[in-house]
Amino acid sequence: MKELLNLYCTFFFIGSITFGGGYAVLPILIREIVEKRKWISEEKLLDYFAVSQCTPGIICINIATFMGYHRRGFWGAVITTLGFVTPSLILITAIAAVLRNFESIVWVQHAFAGIRVAVSALIASTVWKLAVKNVKTWLKAAIAVLAFVTVGLLSISPIYVTIAFAMFGALWFGRRRPA
Amino acid sequence: MTYLLLGYEFFKAGLFAVGGGLATLPFLIQMSYNHPQWFSVDELMQMVAISESTPGAIGINMATYVGFHVAGLLGAVVATLSVALPPFLIILIVVHILDRFKESRRINGGLEALRPAVTGLIGAAGYLVLRSSLFTVQGVEAPFQWIVLALFLSLLGLLQIKPLARIHPIVYIAAGAVLGVVLRL
Repeated sequence: MKELLNLYCTFFFIGSITFGGGYAVLPILIREIVEKRKWISEEKLLDYFAVSQCTPGIICINIATFMGYHRRGFWGAVITTLGFVTPSLILITAIAAVLRNFESIVWVQHAFAGIRVAVSALIASTVWKLAVKNVKTWLKAAIAVLAFVTVGLLSISPIYVTIAFAMFGALWFGRRRPA
Repeated sequence: MTYLLLGYEFFKAGLFAVGGGLATLPFLIQMSYNHPQWFSVDELMQMVAISESTPGAIGINMATYVGFHVAGLLGAVVATLSVALPPFLIILIVVHILDRFKESRRINGGLEALRPAVTGLIGAAGYLVLRSSLFTVQGVEAPFQWIVLALFLSLLGLLQIKPLARIHPIVYIAAGAVLGVVLRL
């Protein structure tokens, strides 16, 4: 029971400080789940991220479900998912009910423009940390660069890119017998 | 009846929207065509703007907003839970598959390639966020924003200093908000 409450509060907190969803949640997950609480290894979290990328549905919900299940099975998954969506429910309902023209407040717009820059710096820093750990051979560097170019510059859907690399990995890295 | 319809529409959006961010948007536009009494495309754009700039996953925020707009608080709850249900169920299935094939060298090989790939994908996401800030001001196209680049590089530099890197991400987000107001970004 205490563990479930802890899971709920943790994902409530994560849901209330994630701006932009999807990838923006990763630096926060690494801090809260990997470094502070040590619930999962960074490698495993990244695997979950990769799978969430190519399964249907909102990435953050996929991740919350994965993490909850990892900790406490089915009910853990229910609790983390509910925890993650509660802040949205409260905040968005409040905004929709009270502030009809929230976006038109000028200083709110400036604040959000600043938040976007901070989020991109956090993401860039996370990428560097991940690259040091996961990109150790030339082949893997090529994979990382190719993924960046196809999605970031050529606007190809990340779904296809993820599926293509998963198949490549199964064929190339999967050809050797495990030690 | 409206609740059932909301639940059905958002369940569908949650099931077929693959990826993050605005992947649910096409489904919402379709919804405004199918149920014109719910919301117009213009109203939808305002909801998108608010959902993008408040904490939480955009798809979840959108569902809450639209649900509230259409049928009040209970509508918000129904729409939010309905959009979250498909990914929840699918991951429960995927977890079992991954568990069963933990030892499979094909699956492990796939994951081995996916780790660097995801690293590149996350880089691309960060780049796309930054690019929109570099070339637009308040949603309007603008000349290259050197101040944004300078701010980005200095924050990134600060994050590479060991003791500063340990500071919680939310501090940087809050600092970004303050700087955004001060520098009139």
